[in-house]
Amino acid sequence: MTPRMFAYIVHRGGVADDSAAELAAAARQIDGTASPTAIVCGWGADLDAACESARAIYREVWKVANPALAYANAELNRQTLVRVVPPNSLVLVPHNHFGIDLAPGLAIKLNAAFVSDAVGIEGLVGGQLKVIRQEFGGQVSAHVGCDISSGAVINVRPGAFKPEPSPPVAGGVVDKSAEAGALSARRRYVETVVADSGDVDITKYSVLVSIGRGIQEKENVAMAQELAEALGAAVSCSRPVVDAKWLEKSRQVGSSGKTVKPKVYLACGISGSFQHLAGIKGSPFIVAINKNPKAPIFQVADVGIVADLLEFLPELTNRIREGHAVSAK
Amino acid sequence: MEILVCARRVPDTSENEITLNAAGNDIERDELVYSINEPDNYAVEEALQIRDRVGGNVTVVTVGGDDDEEILRRELAMGANRAVLISDDAFAGSDGRGIAAVLKAFVEKGQYDLILTGVQAEDGGAQVGGMLAALLDYPFASLVNSIQVEDGKLKISREIEGGNREINEIDLPCVLSVQTGINEPRYVGMRGIRQVASVEIPTPNATELGIDASVAGERAAKVKRLDYFAPPVGKGAVMLEGGTEEISDRLIALLAEKGGVR
Repeated sequence: MTPRMFAYIVHRGGVADDSAAELAAAARQIDGTASPTAIVCGWGADLDAACESARAIYREVWKVANPALAYANAELNRQTLVRVVPPNSLVLVPHNHFGIDLAPGLAIKLNAAFVSDAVGIEGLVGGQLKVIRQEFGGQVSAHVGCDISSGAVINVRPGAFKPEPSPPVAGGVVDKSAEAGALSARRRYVETVVADSGDVDITKYSVLVSIGRGIQEKENVAMAQELAEALGAAVSCSRPVVDAKWLEKSRQVGSSGKTVKPKVYLACGISGSFQHLAGIKGSPFIVAINKNPKAPIFQVADVGIVADLLEFLPELTNRIREGHAVSAK
Repeated sequence: MEILVCARRVPDTSENEITLNAAGNDIERDELVYSINEPDNYAVEEALQIRDRVGGNVTVVTVGGDDDEEILRRELAMGANRAVLISDDAFAGSDGRGIAAVLKAFVEKGQYDLILTGVQAEDGGAQVGGMLAALLDYPFASLVNSIQVEDGKLKISREIEGGNREINEIDLPCVLSVQTGINEPRYVGMRGIRQVASVEIPTPNATELGIDASVAGERAAKVKRLDYFAPPVGKGAVMLEGGTEEISDRLIALLAEKGGVR
């Protein structure tokens, strides 16, 4: 028998995150007949509104109201869940900035197994949940077996499970606030610092020349800048370029950076991690240039070129400039 | 401040293409280049910088075998005061919780104010730091991208969506998982590593740490990797092949068509 399933609902401004419907889709992969319960923690009007949006997806919504939960703090939310979730349950959590904070410790406190960043679920056989994960930046996949005899916490990759469109279910809301009790934290939220907009707003460009680790050295960033200039594009990048301080954080595309919607995206020396791809919206025409023919970026790109960037980019820039010289005549 | 950094040696994805082996059940491990897990290296650098500001010691610990000593030597060369290799055949096949349980036993033998881990390993689950904190009942924060020491507590910032940062106060002792980019890790040359070649690295085992077989190792593991397989193929790109000039011109024509050339 499938254990009782719960979905942890991340919400913002009174609206459940996209992950709410995705967790419901993941739960169906575990057991298509089971009915998972949504858990929504928070405070005030935002919480009530978030419960409303969760009950469109879930037949049952557990609401936990506490002023200490007004801003999601993983330590307090974990205390709450430990008091509310019954033993041996399956708890699904989105693998985002909050879920990474919450879930590993939650699994320990619930004495449950933990699977991180699940991208697929093959189902439940004899107390073993078979899950698909990706490793090494998506270069290989792995099957993972998880013993759920004392429950499990499964972190689910955002975007990996596609919700099926379905009519709102108008689920019931159960107030669990009393069970959660008083909360106190040794970690306290102070404030949110909004990212600098930076010198160039990459979200405004229809063409982006985006560079990754393959650019190799700070000096080589100029090659991308020259190509971008020739194309009327801006230079953006993936995380390793910002980590190495070769470009400002405001140039980073991804779940921890900017979300962009260009028409054309040239991914130069970018392997294509899911965190990076999460920042590219609006189905642009993606050109991938990478010396590793196995790079995952080639699976999502429209056009691929296996080449050494340091040779290819200057050549491409020259050809574009020459082309302009011809058409200007 | 006494700081412990938990580090791991992993196949270096900037140096290797990771492929399946011939049997299709593991990655091809012949001729793989290994190095310290990149976020762990940032964690060590952060620990060294905190120590240099407020005093104290930095200990780097890993759970593994003889091969893992090389990353400890490297981190000693960076400036860590002490390195420890926790090693026992009984730990083979541990899941994240098992490794966290081993580290918990080690932490309880010492006195640490601050424990750092890297946010995630390339083949890991961003889990050991949070699990270790929960086992120790210490406060925890993940994705940390700045640390300031204040009286009896830390002021930290966490990476959240959209490049924004969430500022938190956290009491000591605590566990933090450190995000890449938090600092610029110092360079370590062969000469630096040679200079620490004779530094003794203790290798405590399960008995010395009082670790019971029921908490770590394959039998205790609730989560097991069953196999590796090739990732599902996406729609796949149309590959442009030929000489550089030819490819460039075809690409320029495509870009013009898609609105990519002004």
